[in-house]
Amino acid sequence: MRPLSYSRVADVATAVGTVAADPDSTFLAGGTTEVDLQRVYVSPARRLVDINDLPLHQIEELPGGGVHIGALARMSDVAQALPIRRRFPMISQALLLGASPQLRNMASIGGNLLQRVRCGYFRDVAARCNKREPGTGCSAIHGINRGHAVLGTTEYCIATHPSDLAVALVALDAVVLTQGPDGPHRYAIDEFFLLPGDTPHREHPLAHGELVVAVEVPPNPMASRSLYLKVRDRESYEFALASAAVAVRLDGGTVAEVRLALGGVATVPWRARRAEATLTGAPATVESFAAAAREELAPAVGYGMNDFKIELARRTIVRALRMAIGDPDLRDGTAAGLLSQDDHGS
Amino acid sequence: MSPAIGAALDRVDGRAKVTGAARYSGEIPLPGLAYAVLLGAQVPSGRIIGIDRQAAMTADGVIAVLTHLDLPRVAARPRLFPSLAGLTAHGQSYFPMQDDVVHYAGQPVAIVVADTLERAEHAATLVRVSYAETPALTLLDQGREQAYEPEKIFGGLVPGRNPTRGDPEAALRDAEVTLDLTYRFAVNHQNPLEPSTTTAVWDDVDRLTLYDSTQGPTATQLSVAELLGLPPVNVRVVSHYVGGSFGSKALIWPHVTLAALAARQVGRPVRLALSRDQMFHSCGHREEQEQRIRIGADRNGRLTALTHDKIGLTSHFDDWAETSLESAAITYACPNYAGGYRLVRGNIITPTFTRGPGEATGMFALESAMDELAYAVGVDPLELRLRNHADTDPETGKPWSSKGLRECYQRGAELIGWADRDPTPGVRRDGQWLVGTGMATAAYPVAAPISPQRARARMYGDGSAVVEAGISEFGTGALTAMTQVAADALGLPVTRVRFVGGTTDLPNIAAAVGSAGAGATSAAVHLACVQLRDQLIRHAVADQGSPLHGADPADVVVRDGRMCRRDAPQVGETYAELLDRNHMPDVEAIGTWTPVLPMASDHAMHTFGAQFAEVAVDADLGRIRVRRLVGVFAPGRVLNRKTAHSQLLGGMLWGLSQALLEATRMDPHTGRYANENLADYLVATNADVPDVVVETIEVPDQVVNPLGVKGVGEIGIVGTSAAIANAVYHATGRRIRTLPITLEALL
Ligand SMILES: Cc1cc2nc3c(=O)[nH]c(=O)nc-3n(C[C@H](O)[C@H](O)[C@H](O)COP(=O)(O)OP(=O)(O)OC[C@H]3O[C@@H](n4cnc5c(N)ncnc54)[C@H](O)[C@@H]3O)c2cc1C
Ligand code: SF4
Repeated sequence: MRPLSYSRVADVATAVGTVAADPDSTFLAGGTTEVDLQRVYVSPARRLVDINDLPLHQIEELPGGGVHIGALARMSDVAQALPIRRRFPMISQALLLGASPQLRNMASIGGNLLQRVRCGYFRDVAARCNKREPGTGCSAIHGINRGHAVLGTTEYCIATHPSDLAVALVALDAVVLTQGPDGPHRYAIDEFFLLPGDTPHREHPLAHGELVVAVEVPPNPMASRSLYLKVRDRESYEFALASAAVAVRLDGGTVAEVRLALGGVATVPWRARRAEATLTGAPATVESFAAAAREELAPAVGYGMNDFKIELARRTIVRALRMAIGDPDLRDGTAAGLLSQDDHGS
Repeated sequence: MSPAIGAALDRVDGRAKVTGAARYSGEIPLPGLAYAVLLGAQVPSGRIIGIDRQAAMTADGVIAVLTHLDLPRVAARPRLFPSLAGLTAHGQSYFPMQDDVVHYAGQPVAIVVADTLERAEHAATLVRVSYAETPALTLLDQGREQAYEPEKIFGGLVPGRNPTRGDPEAALRDAEVTLDLTYRFAVNHQNPLEPSTTTAVWDDVDRLTLYDSTQGPTATQLSVAELLGLPPVNVRVVSHYVGGSFGSKALIWPHVTLAALAARQVGRPVRLALSRDQMFHSCGHREEQEQRIRIGADRNGRLTALTHDKIGLTSHFDDWAETSLESAAITYACPNYAGGYRLVRGNIITPTFTRGPGEATGMFALESAMDELAYAVGVDPLELRLRNHADTDPETGKPWSSKGLRECYQRGAELIGWADRDPTPGVRRDGQWLVGTGMATAAYPVAAPISPQRARARMYGDGSAVVEAGISEFGTGALTAMTQVAADALGLPVTRVRFVGGTTDLPNIAAAVGSAGAGATSAAVHLACVQLRDQLIRHAVADQGSPLHGADPADVVVRDGRMCRRDAPQVGETYAELLDRNHMPDVEAIGTWTPVLPMASDHAMHTFGAQFAEVAVDADLGRIRVRRLVGVFAPGRVLNRKTAHSQLLGGMLWGLSQALLEATRMDPHTGRYANENLADYLVATNADVPDVVVETIEVPDQVVNPLGVKGVGEIGIVGTSAAIANAVYHATGRRIRTLPITLEALL
């Protein structure tokens, strides 16, 4: 491990000031991404500013039915918090289906949104990677890319955004609150995750030293029956091959309102706006779900090993929508339980 | 006193392990310890044209940066040889850091030694190595036209062609039903919990002590001594606890000797632990391979011809193929058979033993093909196997030393509910889930070491005993099982016996590999304890002061530490009374077991079992979830029901993992594996594990070894993947002939 300096700060202003003043520094929250990246020499930071003492751990209901989640609240605490479970089950499920119990006890909400991609070439300093070293090329496009994205990709980068939580937040139009060197900011979640374009090293709009202080989820009555479906090779402890966060409001047999976002298949947590548009006002049938899924995946591009994700994403959308409307033909068919997937730990 | 053997005794080392008191090779505290970190080649082929170590040398805490320019030449060219033989047991016939040539990515090119691990790791990143790269071959598909037929494989122990029976080509031409099927297998890595670790300490008289994580302390001793040009007496190996191996520590790989060389170079004890990613290119793997099976049968499903051919990727140094054909060749009665290996040389480390090495892939191919035959002829898959049951060894005609396969089939079928099975594929629905069941035969050879196996038993004056043999405990439960074996032979309760292993100071035992550890060690332990017991009985009957004086030794039995007359149990005395009266502080005996080589035996020796699986496949999403596994095995005598069942259960879960998850992906552009970590190399988690039923059927075996122990280490994995793949077919109607079976194959 590289020689590092480390300090602990107790208030937001000092945290922001300390990191802003030193281009080689970064924040340290749970460390489950940062320490790993230090160990493989991918993080350039030489100085870690520990923010765990900042008073940003709260999970609070907001008047009107929204919630405020402090940036340092732990994944496990947020997943179990009553307001989250009651009002936004998709958030709770997305968290519980991520990582492992030990990691969730350490990992913070701010860190989760800012976690780095899992592309193996990004984490291998001997490989070419535009995200790690702009201009060196993308090894994944012609390499091992089974886990990579099919939406929002460019020739510069095809890495999948790894966060499950972010998918739910994108579906719910959350807002990210920050404190920058120049004062506070509010980012609509859609503006928070940047498509790779030709600058895949830029993943978010934050200035150096800008601290995420909280996430706010606005009220959304239909989200109380929302869900998160995660499809992967093994039952636990794996990032998504495809996932969907969905909330639907039916009016008789018609989709009156729908929120849909995808994970595991795109370079950013992907709000499925095309599908939402197709679905709104359509009959709540498998046929219209499939049509919406086709529409959403129309621009998708496969890169070889990940070609299957285009079809998998379509089917994941259809399945998630069927689960959301309580399709009686679905069964909890696994040892661990699919529909009760949030109960078994990860 | 009921026998200790077979009881579900808790692990004698369980408390030490869960409290952390058990010390592994990387945890031995030593004064002045320095830490070595290996730097591996980043290219798969080429020459080193420069090594800039300036920055590393001046980094904090660095003691040395060693390259091929600094290290002495090793005293011998290593030769790959399986450790079961009890001799030197190098993992490959190549030792790195002797010149500037790079043969495979990850090959050690430099060693950095520093005062802490973190500083050594950091300094290793500061070493700049430049290479003149040459074209590399890292995938089977890149070299098929260069394939050759090796004369021998497996370190020269196995012929490149299996013995042919009859005329398979003619039989295929005449067969009423024929199948021609090809199976592909991803590279697999063993991935034990503990990465290989060696701590090397030289004393001032040029003697070396190695704390090494190994399946065979003696194998480490002899192999390292050979490379260093030292007599074996100058190398002592200590290996009490090993955190799993699964084949990765069965042979001796270069890092062990490199640790010793580094320690000598810096004049301090040195610890060298491979990192997780280094475990993927430092101690072998299950090779990328393809197997082709052709079957000829009559309309009733009786086999008339079987051919089994395998092509695999090996290194530039060795003709290695895991032995995929041998068990498959003798599983069924089939008069016409041929099978052989072909190899392609590539820029990889020599592949090695990996969990059921050979059987796990070869039996996948055979048992998948048998399932296809069952459907082709319209015979129930289990009935098909019974019709082809091999009553004697089809290769030699010898009788089996013991078998038990029919009983395994029958019990497994009961447990899974096979009788009610509708064979039609793709018709059972449970909501969106398609449900199916499948089965397969498991077969694994009963191997034995070539060399004599020894143990020592010593009884103290109070009648307690210590029994010793130079094995390491790598998680199998050997210490516990051997305690039970010793207790029964001495007629003592297990609480009065302590079994000790873990160093080369103790009587010699070959490496515990090929599921042969329990058989070999129990033989030596049993014989040592019987010797000791008989010695004590002889003493008693000759002792005028003993109530047993004058008795026929053959009429004396021992129970609960007391020798007595069989016909008059009230006449006798305890071991302690005898020893005390004669002022004897202790009595010792050595037991030696000389194994019979399979070729020399009148019997064929193999372990069999039956595997059953029930799976559910998500009809839309392709996800496969194993709902039930049932494994029934006939492993001869079971020494400890609990640890044996744990071994078998673990084996079945390896099989699940092999079937659905495990694959190391080579990127041909970089010539390196792209997923050298446990987040991207998937192994089954608890959440993937279904309801698993393990049962054993004890078949008496008078041939294999004194206690009739056939071994449980690997039979559990054999056939699991085929049972799962066959269940996937039954569920979906889709035949998948490539492992692992991932969801994209079923979309
Ligand atoms: C093996 C493994 C499996 C995983 N599986 C999943 C999964 O299935 N799904 C999933 O969603 N995630 C998964 N994760 C990722 C995990 O959720 C993240 O690592 C974690 O959420 C990061 O939070 P942290 O507090 O540990 O962040 P840290 O590691 O402390 O920080 C991460 C980054 O964010 C920055 N940062 C942290 N907090 C702030 C802040 N308040 N303001 C500004 N910058 C900040 C840090 O400087 C750093 O660059 C997995 C991780 C591992 C190691
Ligand atoms: S996909 Fe992105 S992160 Fe991966 S190698 Fe290409 S540029 Fe780097």
